[in-house]
Formats: sequence, C-alpha cells, structure tokens
Amino acid sequence: MIVRRFNIPTVGWRSAFEDLERTRRDMDRMFHHVLGRAYRPETAGVFPLINLTENKDNYFVRAELPGLKAEGLNISATGRNLILSGERKISFKGDDANYHRRERGAGSFNRIIALPGDIEVDQVEAGLVDGVLTVTIPKAEAAKPKQITVK
Amino acid sequence: MTETATKELQAKEKMEAAPPAEQTKPGKVFTPAVDIFETEKELTLLADLPGVKTEHLTIDLSDDVLTLVGEVKPFEGPDEEDLLIEYEVGTYYRQFTLSELIDQNKIDAQLNDGVLRLHLPKVEKATPRKITVKAG
Repeated sequence: MIVRRFNIPTVGWRSAFEDLERTRRDMDRMFHHVLGRAYRPETAGVFPLINLTENKDNYFVRAELPGLKAEGLNISATGRNLILSGERKISFKGDDANYHRRERGAGSFNRIIALPGDIEVDQVEAGLVDGVLTVTIPKAEAAKPKQITVK
Repeated sequence: MTETATKELQAKEKMEAAPPAEQTKPGKVFTPAVDIFETEKELTLLADLPGVKTEHLTIDLSDDVLTLVGEVKPFEGPDEEDLLIEYEVGTYYRQFTLSELIDQNKIDAQLNDGVLRLHLPKVEKATPRKITVKAG
C-alpha cells in the first residue's frame, strides 16, 4: 500500500514554542498577503527603530533621529552588516527653568542591522534630512535579481 | 547649555494620537514627544518632528490653546518593497492649553533637523505702581 506523505513537518518535542512560532509567522504572512505590505512586526527593541526596504539595486535603511547632526552619527558596513551608532544630546536649559514635560530622550545608541543579501561595502551612502536618516546600500552584483531569457 | 548624556537610548514606538476630528485624509496620527519648560519670562517648547518640513508645519495659538500639526510625506520611493517596518509615518498632532498669557507678537519658532523650538514669551505684567498717600 502506498502511503502518500504530505508535507507534514516532523515536529518533535524539542520545543513547544516552535509550533507557536511557526503559527505566528504564518499569521504574519497572511496579514502581509491581505494588506499588501509588511504587517507591523514586533520591533527589535533597539534604538533607533528602522525601516528596511529594497529595490532592484539597493537596500534602504531609514531611521528617525530628530536633532541629530551628521557629526553625532557613525555608520559602518562590514560584510552583510550595517552598524549605526551615535549619541543624541538635547539642549538643557539652565537651572532657572522648570519643566512641564520631559519626554524627549537623550543618550547613546548602537545598533547592528543584518541585511538579507551581500552588499557593496565601499559604496554605502547616507543622508540626514529633517531628522530622518536614509542609508542607501547598493546590492552586490551577485545579489541583484537576474532576468533569465527563455530560449 | 548642552547636556552630555551617557545613558543608552531606549527604542520607543510612536504613540498614536486620537485626532480631534475625523480625518479626511487617510493615514495615521502620532503624538510627538515634547519638552516644555518655563522661566519667569517665557515658555519654551521642544518637539521631535522627524521628517516634517517647515512648509508642512502649522502652529496655531487661539484662545489659549496651542495646536501643532506636522505632516510627513511617505519616505519610500515608488519602486521600493518593504522588508522590515519598525516605525510608521503620518501626521504629528498635539494640543496644549496654556495657562499663562502669551505675547502673540513675540512668538518665535524654529525647525531644525526635525526638532521644533518654540519660544512663547509671557505678557509682561504691568509694573506695580507705588501709590503714595499724601497727608492732607
């Protein structure tokens, strides 16, 4: 008798959460499908929060860094990783001022972002406009999509 | 003037604001983080408005209510696809009721690198007059 095995994942009892994780990913994919864009995933919990997008030739990393000057920011790229670090300072009024609200944060940050493909490390460009950082990262030749002609 | 901060910055998700009235334009509304401090002479407000350009920022003060509205255009190019979205953009909106009388003519606003600095000078109080009582 031939038993057709469907694509049943061989789930052991190694981790009870593995199943949950898979369900969560499935849900994400479903939302992605319905909304036509990435469903808001949980964040990495590291400052700054980033948006990563791509087109044919580049990856784009964007982050909101209001009040940061270019001097206060360090960006480096190694292998497939992009490292953003810096310090945000906020002006502090003298002792004669009393605060009504104090919500803006100051401090240092370090974040490493793993990109999904190989990049041209030497050609990474960054711009800081109106407090929004945009890093343009050219994809390595091998990572770009290739059009295949059918003969 | 500047404070050297050594602590680590925490990742904070943007707070969605309840808009004052139903929006006619689609998109999300967020509450910007602000610092407000007061001296004897003036009130200073600092607001984080990343991505807002000068021409898209509206500051309005009427009947002691200060309203800030900043619009942000979508950041993406038309041919880009999302890989990871940790923050969203939309309109910044926040209102404050001011308890002090503000001299409307002397309000000064600057928007640099996505940070708004708003100076709201208080109305100068009438200088107290000394009344001398003459003996008659």
